[in-house]
Amino acid sequence: MAAITMNNIVKQYGDGFLAVNDVSLEVADGEFVILVGPSGCGKSTLLNMIVGLEDITSGEMLIDGKRVNEKRPRDRNLAMVFQNYALYPHLNVFENIAFPLRLKKLPEDEVKARVNEAAETLELTEHLNRKPANLSGGQRQRVAMGRAIVRKADAFLFDEPLSNLDAKLRGQMRTEIARMQQRLGTTTVYVTHDQTEAMTLGDRIAVLRKGLLQQVGSPHQLYEEPVNLFVAGFIGSPPMNFLPGRLAGGQLETPFGTHAVRSERMRRLGDRDLVIFGIRPQDFEDASLLSEERRQAGQTFKPTVDVTEWLGNELYAYVPYEAPAEITQQLRELERELDSESLRTQLIVALDPASTIRSGSKAELWFDTERMHVFDPATGENLTRNRDRTSGNDEAAGVGAAGPPDETASG
Amino acid sequence: MERRTGRWWTLWGGLILIWALFPLLWMVSLSFKDPNTFRSASPTFFPKQWVWTNYRTVFSDSLFTSALRNSIGISLLATALAVVVAMFAAYAIARLDFPGKKFLLSMALGIAMFPQAALVGPLFNMWRNLGIYDTWIGLIIPYLTFALPLSIWTMSAFFRQIPWEMEKAAQVDGATAWQAFRRVIVPLAAPGVFTTAILTFFFCWNEFLLAISLTSTNRARTVPAALSFFTGASQFQSPVTAIMAASVVVTIPVVIIVLVFQRRIVAGLTAGAVKG
Repeated sequence: MAAITMNNIVKQYGDGFLAVNDVSLEVADGEFVILVGPSGCGKSTLLNMIVGLEDITSGEMLIDGKRVNEKRPRDRNLAMVFQNYALYPHLNVFENIAFPLRLKKLPEDEVKARVNEAAETLELTEHLNRKPANLSGGQRQRVAMGRAIVRKADAFLFDEPLSNLDAKLRGQMRTEIARMQQRLGTTTVYVTHDQTEAMTLGDRIAVLRKGLLQQVGSPHQLYEEPVNLFVAGFIGSPPMNFLPGRLAGGQLETPFGTHAVRSERMRRLGDRDLVIFGIRPQDFEDASLLSEERRQAGQTFKPTVDVTEWLGNELYAYVPYEAPAEITQQLRELERELDSESLRTQLIVALDPASTIRSGSKAELWFDTERMHVFDPATGENLTRNRDRTSGNDEAAGVGAAGPPDETASG
Repeated sequence: MERRTGRWWTLWGGLILIWALFPLLWMVSLSFKDPNTFRSASPTFFPKQWVWTNYRTVFSDSLFTSALRNSIGISLLATALAVVVAMFAAYAIARLDFPGKKFLLSMALGIAMFPQAALVGPLFNMWRNLGIYDTWIGLIIPYLTFALPLSIWTMSAFFRQIPWEMEKAAQVDGATAWQAFRRVIVPLAAPGVFTTAILTFFFCWNEFLLAISLTSTNRARTVPAALSFFTGASQFQSPVTAIMAASVVVTIPVVIIVLVFQRRIVAGLTAGAVKG
């Protein structure tokens, strides 16, 4: 058991590329922290620096308060699960799991006892004599986890462990990892680019972008109060809608019309010529399904719905719109950074599946102005972020409550 | 249509097999013929009478038995040395980035392409001055020189196929660099090591030019060189059948090695190491 502390960690490659830029992060003892971000954001590099596979250019890495910058991986007593599992193909499952123990030269009966115990928790007992080549993806994944468990390591490090599995298995293994971590209570750092994994697994999430730490907080904080456009766009699925607009004379102007500003935090902003409004798909609703009271609480508009997707538990509607070129440019860039690319500027709206709105029809949609975010288009900063709701200081926040991310979402 | 192409393949395979096996069979057949009468007026492919005389002649000749000893010793030693040196060199080339890596590799290839005949003269003089003319070491050194480049190239190709993660995982699991190399990388590269070892062994086993130029007595002369000194049981007898018997004897280990290690060479040990 150990706490991991990173102080101003920098990784600069020989060609001058800054993979990790001044990252400070504290992982408390027993905490489950997720490093998340699009590919190339430096999350795996950071993990490799924790485990010692990459040198640290500057800054300090502390495990349990002791500086480990100069320590070799084998002296750090950390266990790591690799993306492609990295099982030893010439050894059977038993020897694969026993490998770290054999290196420590433990007595045979203790090796047996510990491997069998790990195999039992991971339901691998019947496969102990098989070679990795004969195992399914999920089983290989479990062997890799077994190799981490037997070590009784100070911390577990996961490098995108589920990205090679199919969707169904991924869901199962995700629960498996969460259960294992809860049972063992071992400090865990988990790297992923998948925001669902990030939201469901972690006590806290650290969002990275181009080597810079954007925001650290509980899934709840990140979802409700993102610091900037990047975090807002990254967390949540389907992603948050970004609409160009203006704040003028107590009115907010969007491509879908002008609405009165009622909320206090938006009124505080005063007049602004060009802003980006952020609204989550879940904050929209089919106006015809709402009570009069709810309707009054938000704003309605009447767009033409392009396409709808009915999923049984939810209905997604797509509403295209025209946006000024300068904003479009910026939104495109943001999207490219988030590893997604949509061809047109459109609103994605999640509605009640009981709604009768169908593709190509005119609809009356309602949205919750109270839950709208306003971003500065130049810096991407969230202007309406409520610092009180993020419990004061994100960076120093302890173990956050990992509640369901959408418990306060309307609709 | 498919059956037709299948038949074509069989036909081609058969033709190539005959083409390759004919000299071998001819050799075996000759070795069992009577040395006095094999040049009869009506020659047959298979001997009319199978005799062991040639084998007895060969094994009673100290020229051949000492040559066989030399061949086995020199080939095994040269192979072992080449594999060990090439393994470390190839690992460094596959894993480390150091200045002059490209230059080193192209130099190695250049040496492999160098015509051996051009080296025989200078080597002969040098070896005589150094006092290693007609010794085992005098043959092992040039064999190593010629075997190493190819060994390094083949093995570094094998090492490159082994995923980096294997080693990283071993290091995180608590292995030193040497432990990771010995317990993970070497077993995984085993097919490559075997392939290289076999190729090197064959090269040393069959080498003729250096063997005949750098030896003068039974002390270090290997089988291919010794064969050219063969005479019959008496000066009136043709040595052809005896030479054939000797050739069969030196071919047998080669065939056995190939048959034994064929599966090891072919079996890709890395299967299942990573996703796939």
